[in-house]
Amino acid sequence: MKTSTGARAGQYIALLAYLVFLAFPLLWLISTAFKSPRELGSLHPTWIPRHPTLANFRQAFDEQPLLHAALNSLLAALGAALIAVVIATPMAWVMARRRTLLARAATGWVVVSQAFPFVLVIIPLFLVLKNLRLIDSLAGLVLVYVVWSLPFALWMLVGYVWAVPPELEEAAAVDGAGRLRTLVSVTAPLLAPGIVATALFAFVTAWNEFFFALVLLKTPEKQTLPVVLTHFIGAEGVADLGPLAAAAFLATLPSLIVFALIQRRLTGGMLTGAVKS
Amino acid sequence: MRTRWILALVLTLLLAGCTGGGGNGSANGRITLRFQSLAWQDESVTANKELVKEWNATHPDVKVEYVQGSWDSVHDQLLTSFEGGEAPDIIHDASDDLADFAYGGYLADLRNLLPARLKSDIPQRSWDTATFGDGIYGVPFLQEPRVLIANATWLKKARVRIPTPEHPWSWPEFRDITRRLSGDGKYGVAWPLKEPVSATLNLSLSAGGELFHRGTDGKVTVRFDKADQVVPRTIHDQVNVDHSASPTTLGSGGSDTLPGFFGGKYAMIPLGFSYRQQIVQQAPKGFDWQVLPAPAGADGLTQGVSPQTLSIAEDSPHKKQAAEFIDFLLQPKNMVRLALGDWMLPTGTQALKSPALHTTKDDWATGTALAGDLNSAPAQSVRGYPEWKDKVATPALQEYYSGAIDLTELRQRLEKDGNLVLARYQR
Repeated sequence: MKTSTGARAGQYIALLAYLVFLAFPLLWLISTAFKSPRELGSLHPTWIPRHPTLANFRQAFDEQPLLHAALNSLLAALGAALIAVVIATPMAWVMARRRTLLARAATGWVVVSQAFPFVLVIIPLFLVLKNLRLIDSLAGLVLVYVVWSLPFALWMLVGYVWAVPPELEEAAAVDGAGRLRTLVSVTAPLLAPGIVATALFAFVTAWNEFFFALVLLKTPEKQTLPVVLTHFIGAEGVADLGPLAAAAFLATLPSLIVFALIQRRLTGGMLTGAVKS
Repeated sequence: MRTRWILALVLTLLLAGCTGGGGNGSANGRITLRFQSLAWQDESVTANKELVKEWNATHPDVKVEYVQGSWDSVHDQLLTSFEGGEAPDIIHDASDDLADFAYGGYLADLRNLLPARLKSDIPQRSWDTATFGDGIYGVPFLQEPRVLIANATWLKKARVRIPTPEHPWSWPEFRDITRRLSGDGKYGVAWPLKEPVSATLNLSLSAGGELFHRGTDGKVTVRFDKADQVVPRTIHDQVNVDHSASPTTLGSGGSDTLPGFFGGKYAMIPLGFSYRQQIVQQAPKGFDWQVLPAPAGADGLTQGVSPQTLSIAEDSPHKKQAAEFIDFLLQPKNMVRLALGDWMLPTGTQALKSPALHTTKDDWATGTALAGDLNSAPAQSVRGYPEWKDKVATPALQEYYSGAIDLTELRQRLEKDGNLVLARYQR
């Protein structure tokens, strides 16, 4: 079926509008980051700053330990992503390959666990971590992030495992490979795009997470980037807009870079998991 | 092979980052107190950190650790810390956030902990803001009146009488003047009423409005009397009858109205006194602004405030030392430093005498002259107030100000629906 030129043009316009809609907050953030306080108070704001300045970045770095907080965020996010993937991959394989009652119950648990809001679990979680002496430590925070991202990571990976033909694993078994060897040498490489996508999901979730980090970390030197960003916000929502925008822009950069680097692999991975052959 | 190296490096980094550090309480006979501050503006953070440094230099046995908190999330963060027994020893907050913590037994009663000097330095009307039941659960130390920030050139050109704390505008006069200043798409005033309840209730004290009335049985009921109606009716009529107040700013925060103010769209904006800092930073060169007192009513310039407070956690094992640190922090000269850093007024009578707070620069003097009229915000100690505010008063006032409902309907909702909410908390 051939699409008419008008319809095609309409599709492109809709796509462009959608892209602008998606990009608007980020572009506005970047524009704000380079504006002086006077320009921020202008009645007629412009997209391109009239007098671009780096003062907001300087002020943001002077006032808050952004680099240190970014390193903390990086450690927490990397740790959470790695551990979540290491745990979720074999679990997902079992849930996809073994259609037992336990596997079905685990799938149900994964769905139900998504329904609990942060505030409901934070106090019991706080007490558990306190008993484990993991309050005010990045290790405790990583543990929470792993637990928090694990259900969805599992959900994602199960889909990818389904897409891997079981015949390949059976062939490996015929050649004498045990279950662990099959998982490591046959299934895991085929799951690579899915594992990358899942790790990325866990990384971004942990990188952006605010509330757990706020509640669990006390020492200023251990605070993560989202918590430090709130220090630019005062009572009744009054904000130091320029430095806040500058710091927030810097905070989005790692996610953007990671996405840009592995975008092709991620798309391939998502498509692989999308259709069950 | 390369993947394994990268993995090993990441794991090493993680191990290095996730372990070590921490430790508080008493070590080597030295007490460590954690002071969670919500200071956020550069000058204010600097003042707080300097004072902590000065304390630590002169008190080798009691070390204070500065912990940075955030206004944005302080309630949830404190609640979790209290429940988990990990709260900071000294807590910076605001009096309108203390009721739940005080009644919940999380905060220490300060009556026997504070020195006589501090008790007598801060007036009773300020202590009232942090008094819940019989106890005092916070030291009120910084506060700000709501003032009118005005475009001085515009007012001068319009030849209106400039109000002073000695001769303020009355509410009818204010309405009349905003009418005279309006026209051609410009407004005499822009009310930023994103949080309409506290602004309305606090300003209503000037007209004698109390709204919450405690009966002989100790139970509180809402009564929307004539005095309570003065301020809401003025705002409503400015927006909907005179068209002298911008309808578009009713849902805005204070900062959102500044571009319109600088751009000559509004002659005045009612804001907290500390907004001057943003105005100094953002105002275009040559923009002439000034601070005017809010209009007065039957009770003069009286208005309600919820001061910033310093509290001590009930679980703190070092309450005496924490109180000593608070006393140090709130010595008159230190209170002035904190006030200047936050562009607010100190509650201490000695601190208020500081020449730095009586200068005409940035209109400090006008605000300082209003300090004696600042009383406890109505209802902050009423149980059920937060729910009444969120579920009843906020939507009702927003609808009234936008012209969607009339005064009768507003009254019915505030009283009938409101009393149902309060009754649940007072059984």
